[in-house]
Amino acid sequence: MAESDHGSGFHAPSIQEFFPPAIWFDGTPFEINRIQLVRYILMIGLILWLWLSTRHAKLVPSRAQSVVELLLDFVRVQICESTLGKKLGRRYTPLITMIFFSILVMNLGGVIPFLNIAGTSVVGLPLLFALIAYVTYLAAGIRAQGLGGFLKTNLFPPGVPKALYILLTPIEILQVFVLRPFTLALRLLANMMAGHLMLVLCFSATSFLILDGGGLIKLTGVLTFVAGIGITGFELFVAALQAYIFALLTAVYIQMSVEEEH
Amino acid sequence: MPGTLLADEAVSGIEVFLPASYDIVGSLIVTAILAFFFFKYLMPKMTALLDERAAKIEGGIEHAAKVQAEAEAAKAERDAELVAARQEAARIREGATGEGAEIVTEAKAKAQTEAQRIVENAHRQIEAERQSAVVSLRADIGSLATELASRIVGESLADDARQSRLVDRFLDELDASTAPTAATAGPTDQRPTEG
Repeated sequence: MAESDHGSGFHAPSIQEFFPPAIWFDGTPFEINRIQLVRYILMIGLILWLWLSTRHAKLVPSRAQSVVELLLDFVRVQICESTLGKKLGRRYTPLITMIFFSILVMNLGGVIPFLNIAGTSVVGLPLLFALIAYVTYLAAGIRAQGLGGFLKTNLFPPGVPKALYILLTPIEILQVFVLRPFTLALRLLANMMAGHLMLVLCFSATSFLILDGGGLIKLTGVLTFVAGIGITGFELFVAALQAYIFALLTAVYIQMSVEEEH
Repeated sequence: MPGTLLADEAVSGIEVFLPASYDIVGSLIVTAILAFFFFKYLMPKMTALLDERAAKIEGGIEHAAKVQAEAEAAKAERDAELVAARQEAARIREGATGEGAEIVTEAKAKAQTEAQRIVENAHRQIEAERQSAVVSLRADIGSLATELASRIVGESLADDARQSRLVDRFLDELDASTAPTAATAGPTDQRPTEG
């Protein structure tokens, strides 16, 4: 994004990166800017990928179907069943699969050429997914133990001297009702923002150094370019890792809500 | 460096964490569509498929075990039949051997009786022929001896009455001498020497 105005000096990436000018419907709640557009493109890409590869899903899978099944299996076995057990895992597998795939693909937008921004690098989407996780684990806890039971086991952890509740219960309240959803959202948001800023920094520096640098300074542009490639690979890893963490923590929070003693 | 570092910043830091209305709406639309796709299409379809596959694999394993058991049962049956057949064959062989021996013995016995019968027949025939030979010899010998004696004795014996008396007496003596010995050929041979 920043590469576009090379030649007019060095533009360090800023928070402005995440507030691009509107393309359509400026000023309305339906405003669509570049990042919104990327989200829709990624969404369509995700749906098309999954739909096309499972459209003719058979018992004996095709190659494309196998890839999707591998990922579905990973979420089901490694995230859901290993955390929640077989029965509960089965119930929450669709939700956690959706969270995993959506966040993964939205994250990958950050390293896909021409998109160059993660759908999750603006707060709305991480916050929404965190809200979904939040509602889900609260509902799961209340459903499993009733409101009273849920509050009791989560806010007054058993096996602790009564006096300590003065200290523990406010922390637990904060933990269960505030920190968990916000850390979910912020961890994802911050990772994606930082990744994007690093990439922009590397590539805009490369552009600036090579175009505007004099003499040997041009050579340092090669260094920043190589760094940019390296960070792209790293961001690929982070994109997958953050999707995994988000999905895994959602499963863990559900498990903590449902379990009567922890 | 002519660049303006963070100078044109129109948004304050906190805005990064407060979603704009269009961000909320956009996120909701994207998530709603994705949720619809996952909950209405992908997950039901794939879960059903995976369940079906698991069931099929389980069924396949069960089927394989059943087939294996059936094959084993069939093999055992075949083996049992083979053993029975072998025993049957041995019994038949034994029976055949015994029967064969019987047949041989029987045949032997039959052959023996047949041989005996043939020998007896032969003996009887020989005896009969001998008898007839004896009878004819006796007739010839009488005339021959008479002729010979008349040649030797001459006219004295030409008288028929005396001749026939003499012959009869001679034959009677001959009979008397042969009867005790029971040898028929001997006395007929002796007669010329006696006359």
